[in-house]
Amino acid sequence: MKIAVKVNGRLYESDVEPRTLLAYYLRETLNLTGTHIGCDTTSCGACTVLLDGEPVKSCTVLAVQANGREVMTVEGLEQNGQLHPVQSAFWEAHALQCGYCTPGMLMASYALLQDNPAPTEAEIREALSGNVCRCTGYVNIVKAVQLAARQLSGEGQEALQEVEAHGASSN
Amino acid sequence: MALRQTELRPLGKPVGRKEDPRLIRGKGRYVDDIMLPNMLHLCVVRSPYAHARIRRIDASAALAAPGVKLVLTGEDLAKMNLAWMPTLAGDRQMVLATDKVLFQYQEVAAVVAETRAQAEDAAQLIEVDYEPLPVVVDPFYALTPEAPILRDDKEKKSNLIFHWEAGDREETEAIFREAPVVVKQDVRFPRVHPSPLEPCGCVADYDTARSKLTFYVTSQAPHAHRTVLALVSGLPEHQIHVISPDVGGGFGNKVPVYPGYVCAIVASLKLGVPVKWIETRTENIASTHFARDYHMTAEIAAREDGKVLALRVKTVADHGAFDGAADPSKFPAGLFSIVSGSYDFKAAFVEVDGVHTNKPPGGVAYRCSFRVTEAAYLIERVMDVLAQRLKMDPAELRLRNFIRKEQFPYRSPTGWVYDSGDYEKTLRLALERIDYEELRKEQAERRARGEFMGIGISTFTEVVGAGPGHTFDILGLKMFDSAQIRVHPTGKVIARLGVRHQGQGHETTFAQIIAEELGLSVDDVLIEEGDTDTAPYGLGTYASRSTPTAGGAAALCARRIRQKARKIAAHLLEVGEDDVVWDGTAFSVQGLPGRSVTMKDVAFAAYTNVPEGLEPGLEASYYYDPPNLTFPNGAYIAVVDIDKGTGAVKVRRFLAVDDCGTVINPMIVDGQVHGGLTEGFAIAFMQDIPYDADGNCLAPNWMDYLVPTSLDTPHWETDRTVTPSPHHPIGAKGVGESPNVGSPAAFVNAVVDALSPLGVEHIDMPIYPWKVWSILRAHGVTE
Repeated sequence: MKIAVKVNGRLYESDVEPRTLLAYYLRETLNLTGTHIGCDTTSCGACTVLLDGEPVKSCTVLAVQANGREVMTVEGLEQNGQLHPVQSAFWEAHALQCGYCTPGMLMASYALLQDNPAPTEAEIREALSGNVCRCTGYVNIVKAVQLAARQLSGEGQEALQEVEAHGASSN
Repeated sequence: MALRQTELRPLGKPVGRKEDPRLIRGKGRYVDDIMLPNMLHLCVVRSPYAHARIRRIDASAALAAPGVKLVLTGEDLAKMNLAWMPTLAGDRQMVLATDKVLFQYQEVAAVVAETRAQAEDAAQLIEVDYEPLPVVVDPFYALTPEAPILRDDKEKKSNLIFHWEAGDREETEAIFREAPVVVKQDVRFPRVHPSPLEPCGCVADYDTARSKLTFYVTSQAPHAHRTVLALVSGLPEHQIHVISPDVGGGFGNKVPVYPGYVCAIVASLKLGVPVKWIETRTENIASTHFARDYHMTAEIAAREDGKVLALRVKTVADHGAFDGAADPSKFPAGLFSIVSGSYDFKAAFVEVDGVHTNKPPGGVAYRCSFRVTEAAYLIERVMDVLAQRLKMDPAELRLRNFIRKEQFPYRSPTGWVYDSGDYEKTLRLALERIDYEELRKEQAERRARGEFMGIGISTFTEVVGAGPGHTFDILGLKMFDSAQIRVHPTGKVIARLGVRHQGQGHETTFAQIIAEELGLSVDDVLIEEGDTDTAPYGLGTYASRSTPTAGGAAALCARRIRQKARKIAAHLLEVGEDDVVWDGTAFSVQGLPGRSVTMKDVAFAAYTNVPEGLEPGLEASYYYDPPNLTFPNGAYIAVVDIDKGTGAVKVRRFLAVDDCGTVINPMIVDGQVHGGLTEGFAIAFMQDIPYDADGNCLAPNWMDYLVPTSLDTPHWETDRTVTPSPHHPIGAKGVGESPNVGSPAAFVNAVVDALSPLGVEHIDMPIYPWKVWSILRAHGVTE
């Protein structure tokens, strides 16, 4: 089937098998391998991308369902050589280890912050509960999302210090 | 928060990770990201039966299916002498079954096609005629005379793989005969699986023109894999290039060689094009090597005042159909005899029987040294049983029995020589930080109100860093590790190591060690691992061995560079070598602080202006065979509240105080601890892989085998004591596995403590809410 999908702002026209999953389309047809696959049961969220701005697990969406719609993947976060604050916050807060869950976590976090610019810890944990991380124990991921939220709201360096202080008290 | 990478003297500082910039951009390069021209895809056909004879395999329909290029069966492999391969435990394992299958999901055939979907479609068309055989699921039944013998290929006609003993039986028995107090407890460590987020996989690329195999693989031990592949395939070792690219977590799962790897290599050899095999999550859980599955009985002999005297342990270990344990070959039950833990027992005696059943092979060292988690869990659990029996506070019992600081180096009753520790200091810090006395008061008040609150302590000792080559080997390969450092003319460094990280942060921590030793910044040092054509030989990353072995090699290799650098510095400073001093960032002249040269000056001179008689260049290698293992330890405290209505356990607080010796990067150490605690939490409360009577795996995916999410996982608190290892070049001990080794007992002890007013002394993991609820109901607490 012929589809036309806008991915990270660029339009792609492709001929795909109807059963092709969006995750495989992104990885194998468009060579956007930042989107990862970690399970067969829609449990892990490593494949999370945004479809028209909403986070979806791309292993459970058919590529044809993306026809005429917009997809954003982890490769679309960085703009003009500038990391998105959610990316730099993950680096800053040591919110990744093996890095395999990270693209999905970043997309789910990005989507959360679009909807809720100042989430509480409970809201962050709820929003990321569809994304499994086997390395970090989530503590630093929560911290990174809080840091990104504050940086996005313009608190900048001050935010960094405040999250740092929070980290010190909990460690 | 992370520090910049440009600082000098970076050791011990929270330097931001060098691996992150590519990973946060989605530019990591994992095995499944490797797409080569003309690459084909392989799918494995698996057995639906746990034990069955294969009468016939008909691949004709599959071969005729669209895109199919090749079907491999056990018979095809047998013709190449590849139907079986060695396991790391010295057993052998079927690559593709020839005459019978021994576990559900065992590999029976492989289909290679142009696309992944075509290979999966064609795999459905392979017809296998099975004759079901009687199934052995229970390891205790496996040892009875009426159980069918599963491994008729072995010379020894028995389901018993090994019987292993450690310690002194007679001395232990003698103490038990006289002891005023004896407690005994059966404890099961469930069958679990490391389940890293990235499943296992490979791309085999055989270049017929160059007779060279390039093998991209999810490997924690690429050099060992290359040697095994050379021995199995007959290909010359220098014509096998193993590349372990970014690895999406390992936890011991990516140490063994799996049948899918061998099939992909054979397919690439036969077809002359690259062949990719990526397993599904189901294949990962149901066929790659599991961990634990120990059925243990422990007895402690003690005095009435709580002083422990002797320890006796008997274990039946379910190894599955093939012995795939990742154990150093001299120790069939790994380092399990560390089971006397942090306590000064006079005597101990440990027996382990390894048994075959119709289950997948194992057990790997899942985020621990070989079988250390089982040992630490057992002793920490049974110490609490003793405390409860003696009506003593579990912290007090531990303080009374710790190996004292002045006893190190301490020889345990099973022969381990512990390097260092200060167990009392570590526990006292944990008790103080969590305000133990206040918690006990609160518990008493809540108990008076009929509430169930528990406090669980675990003061474990680990043994990691295998290891000394005189004692540890895998298939004969001594367990040293290595580093090779090249300092380029501008003072920039490439260092390669024989280990292979999977998220532990070696690109940063090993850069910190080398930068510290050479007076450079982390930014100046590029770490490379995982490419067997460029990295020096090493045994890989698992069992918290990288820092104790390769970390030691990195420091000593850098010091070797510094020795030569000193000669060049003397030449540049125009003084004798004995007059040169190194202050950590520069060489200067003794007594003349104004004159100095940095390592960058020396590096440039090494290529432009070497003293006469000295070889140009500035590089070194070091193969480090450590004199002993290291013994990280910690004091963990869990506080739980139980919901009387549902039996659900809420972990209110968890404090981990670790002593891993010298800390290279506190940010990374905390991250490692958080992750290990989360896996320990999952094991305590959520995870088991049960089998029904027919050998069907009942938890072959992440809907049934549960991994904790951000909602399940408690908030972790960490702290540290630092007792350096006296024999490690920088005093470091390793930390990645301590939290997974030490935490399960803290969780279980807390739940049992909460339920102790009901007379509960033990609950086996996983502590599902229904187990707690059943206990509450049996005691009339809930309806």
